[in-house]
Amino acid sequence: MSLVATTGAGAIILARTQERAAAVREADAARPAAEATLVAGVAEPVLRLESVCLSFGGIAALDGIDLTVRQGEIRAIIGPNGAGKSSLLNIVSGLYRPDRGVVWLARERFTHVPTTRLAAHGVARTFQNLALFKGLPVLDNVIMGFVHRRSAGFVRQMLSTREARREEAEARAAAEEVISFLHLGSVKHRLAGGLPYGIQKRVELARALVARPPLLLLDEPLAGVTLGEKQELAAHVRNARDAYGASIVLIEHDIGVVMGLSDRIAVLDYGRKIADGTPEEVRSDQAVIDAYLGVTHEGETERGI
Amino acid sequence: MTRPVRSIATGWLSAPHFAPAVLLIVAYGVVPFAGSDYLLDAVLTPFLALGLAALGLNLLTGYAGQVSLGSAAFLAVGAYAAYNFNLRLHGVSFLMSLMAAGLVTAAVGIIFGLPSLRLRGFYLAVSTLAAQFFVQWALTKFGWFSNNNPSGVIDAPQLTVAGIIFTGAVGRYLFSLTVVVIATLFAIHLLRSQVGRNFIALRDHETAAKVLGVPLLRTKLLAFGVSSFFIGIAGVLWAFAYLRTVEPAGFNLDRSFEILFMIIIGGLASIRGAFLGAAFIVVFPLLLSRLGAALLGNVFDSGVLEMSQRIVIGALIIGLLIAEPRGLIALVDRLAERVLRRSPRPLPRSPQF
Repeated sequence: MSLVATTGAGAIILARTQERAAAVREADAARPAAEATLVAGVAEPVLRLESVCLSFGGIAALDGIDLTVRQGEIRAIIGPNGAGKSSLLNIVSGLYRPDRGVVWLARERFTHVPTTRLAAHGVARTFQNLALFKGLPVLDNVIMGFVHRRSAGFVRQMLSTREARREEAEARAAAEEVISFLHLGSVKHRLAGGLPYGIQKRVELARALVARPPLLLLDEPLAGVTLGEKQELAAHVRNARDAYGASIVLIEHDIGVVMGLSDRIAVLDYGRKIADGTPEEVRSDQAVIDAYLGVTHEGETERGI
Repeated sequence: MTRPVRSIATGWLSAPHFAPAVLLIVAYGVVPFAGSDYLLDAVLTPFLALGLAALGLNLLTGYAGQVSLGSAAFLAVGAYAAYNFNLRLHGVSFLMSLMAAGLVTAAVGIIFGLPSLRLRGFYLAVSTLAAQFFVQWALTKFGWFSNNNPSGVIDAPQLTVAGIIFTGAVGRYLFSLTVVVIATLFAIHLLRSQVGRNFIALRDHETAAKVLGVPLLRTKLLAFGVSSFFIGIAGVLWAFAYLRTVEPAGFNLDRSFEILFMIIIGGLASIRGAFLGAAFIVVFPLLLSRLGAALLGNVFDSGVLEMSQRIVIGALIIGLLIAEPRGLIALVDRLAERVLRRSPRPLPRSPQF
């Protein structure tokens, strides 16, 4: 029963999001970019973190992080190794429980996001190191992205009731669509585990996208692939936002790609947010330059010696 | 890429259907008439029962990734449950007893699957040993299970379905074959459904499955339940169609290991692999003893022969697993590929069960 209700709610969220995404796109076309951001800003954020803290054995991984993700934007989180980027994503997906702070998913407030209900709340994610089901063909991997919408249980699936068959057909159709959207048609019957890394990354993106989640979390979607694949994947991420209306949070090392891809960028360093703004603002921020280049511009260290 | 070759064998007679169809025709149309009682009674019927048990374990271990060492216990639960349903509930058909025995075994399997919610790998395997020891102890300790037979031995009644009595080697073979065929079709259907996908997802990446919304707890217990259901049915076949008299000691840890070896040797996560593994374990010792007796019949006594058999089989298993860790089924598939002269595939295709 609750599953059915969730499916209904999911559909409503979906419809709402698509409407808004469409509105944002229209606005984009009609107005200058700056104004479009304003329009998007009016809508309630899809994700909001309020002073989130997390520590591992006394070492602070995240320290009072505030973060807002607006409807339909691509939000990048960058920072050096160990800055707490992945921890942040793991908190949003409920794999970690923050010591303090609150996570808002649309209008729901969580102190610990329930991972098993994450997809039902309209959040999908990918993982830094691929998390595909190696023993399943690409098509079935993508169909797995629909699993939270299934309400027919074991018995009804075994009896192939009308509902079970309808759900299977729905999931399959959605999977076929996203597979052709991401140009995976030629490999859809291959086992995911045997595919080249770059294609596996795309399969994981397809699996995350198939249920049209309002919020998509991508953990280093461009890491470890060739330059050509990187540009291709970046284009896919942008298309995912445009065609599927998903708000996207992505973690990335490669600042070059991020600058061109994101609407807003948050920069983490040692668990703190040291900058947050448009790519232009972040690029010229002295704290960011320091964190990445390790320059002590005040010169205190030199004097100290 | 493979289209030119494929067009030769299109239609329902294409490769995925052709081999099973031939196998079924031979199993139903030729074997009952041509096979000797020895072949049916001592080779094929136990092969079918253990093959079904291996299939059940493969659903749990091969597909859902949960290791179990309690298979023999579940065989025993199935056998004793069917015996008691048959004995105590008059007017209940044998088929009903069979299904009920499967369901009882599923329930027991789910209970012993509960540790899987916290344990993984070797730790889980060790905890399933509890099922092994507990069931054997309970069946010996409480006389009710064996109708108060002092040694816990039960004598199986005749197999009667819808008025037809399956007697003799041929009858028992045909009964086992039919049950196994239906169970196998059920397993294929299950693996093609979302439940089957959830099993593999659970095995390949538990965290990703959780994030996508796979109900981990329910899926794990379902895997234990379904697997035990199959093994329970196999236990009924083992007790009623093959041995026809069983005692708790027959379902010891050795048997559990035997079934585990079947799926490892035959091929994990493969239905055909489970049966191949069962065939290997059941048939090979017989072949070897025949061969040994023919070659060295007068040199060694039977004790030495049995020992040397074990050594040979052990060596073969090690050799096979080094040569092909994915089991006999991968070997067979590769051979078939070569025989059919298909172009070598650069990437593995979807599983064919």
